[in-house]
Amino acid sequence: MLTRELLVIGAGPAGLAAAIEAAKNGVKDILVCDLNMKAGGQLFKQIHKFFGSKEHNAGVRGIDQGVQMLKEAEELGIEIWLNSAVVGFFGDKIACIEQGQPDGTKKIVYMQPKTIVIATGAQENVVRFKGWTTPGVMGAGAAQTMINVNRVQPGKNIVMLGTGNVGLIVSYQLMQAGCNVVCIVEAAPGIGGYGVHASKVSRAGVPIYCSHTIKEVKGDGPDGRVSEVTIIGLDEKWQPIEGTEKTFEADTVTLAAGLKPVSDLVKLQDIEIVFNNAFGWVPVHNDKMQTTAKGIYVAGDTTGSEEANTAMEEGKLAGVSVAEELGYITMDEAKDQRDQIWDRLRGLRTGPFGEKRAIAKVVQMGKFPVD
Amino acid sequence: MARLDDEMLVCRCEEVTVGEIREAIAQGAFDVVGVKRRTRAGMGLCQGRTCEKLVQQIISQELHVGPTETGVTSTRQPVRPITYGALAEAEW
Repeated sequence: MLTRELLVIGAGPAGLAAAIEAAKNGVKDILVCDLNMKAGGQLFKQIHKFFGSKEHNAGVRGIDQGVQMLKEAEELGIEIWLNSAVVGFFGDKIACIEQGQPDGTKKIVYMQPKTIVIATGAQENVVRFKGWTTPGVMGAGAAQTMINVNRVQPGKNIVMLGTGNVGLIVSYQLMQAGCNVVCIVEAAPGIGGYGVHASKVSRAGVPIYCSHTIKEVKGDGPDGRVSEVTIIGLDEKWQPIEGTEKTFEADTVTLAAGLKPVSDLVKLQDIEIVFNNAFGWVPVHNDKMQTTAKGIYVAGDTTGSEEANTAMEEGKLAGVSVAEELGYITMDEAKDQRDQIWDRLRGLRTGPFGEKRAIAKVVQMGKFPVD
Repeated sequence: MARLDDEMLVCRCEEVTVGEIREAIAQGAFDVVGVKRRTRAGMGLCQGRTCEKLVQQIISQELHVGPTETGVTSTRQPVRPITYGALAEAEW
């Protein structure tokens, strides 16, 4: 059976940061697996500049950060397998990997690494309404991948559901890609994301309907595609108010209804998971990013969806902890490094959105068993 | 009594409707795994990645319970579809 000092599952910002930080601290023989054709995860969709402070790359675009991380990984000799999903995970850290071959075929290999970082990210939530399975209804993130990575318009006239930052930013990027955003619909009474993003789309003339939801999507377009979207007003108990319907012509509906951590591999190793109001179901971990299974660490959205910067910092924590577990650095050296990373993480988890996540993280880590 | 959205699909892979899930709950299912065993919701190609959340919502609404009670879907290997050919030629 194949082996490695460290197997990182997921080559997004968290996974790459974990691999890079482990390598910098002396860990050798590192493999990063990703089921996509390209490494970098969601970074390559993020054509906008990051917020925050200078040490958090404020003003840098996600795509540029992705390029930088891939360069660093290559210089450190980190191996990356693309088009390679971990499909099984059993026994004492045995991963079953469906390895993509250069000719496009797949080969199953088994690997028992000494340590593992699970950084499998999150996936988009769906919302159910009449016609939600109609072709043309998709996740906002999927639409973002189409325009920013594959340079394909998902449609011409788009109704966006959700005014969190994803809904707002993707709406703006869809317009930049030449699509018409018909309107943005939000079930809550107020806009969910940052005011600065909402102003941008409002200034561009996109109406935002708060206290509204999608009632029905009609699929009378070509090949049964979305042709019409009807929205309806909601009362203070979130119940639809008859007679407040508005109907728009549209060929696409994008759903920005939050993210759910991908936890299938976590569950296969009997790692303890808990429900958390801010993040949903997430694996329990400590301040080293270690899970309840020895030698298995988690980082990034798979431990609760946040943003690229927090994912990278969590990845670094995991990378340092792996180096410590494998004996490349002492306990004190690891702690020093982690303290610095935690200072930056605390800096990121501030403000109305960050504070909620900071508290949720404390609760999540508080569930870690003490020996 | 039939309800307005009974015909709506929840699990696309296994073509399970809202009505079928409500029926399973009426028969005694009280969590995602119970609904899965009775209806196959979450047993298809995507292994419940899409419908898990929707099933949780329906159970919450029908039984007035929270996420801890509805639980999560069970996970089985392989977590993504693979071919028998690839499995047969696996290198141990």
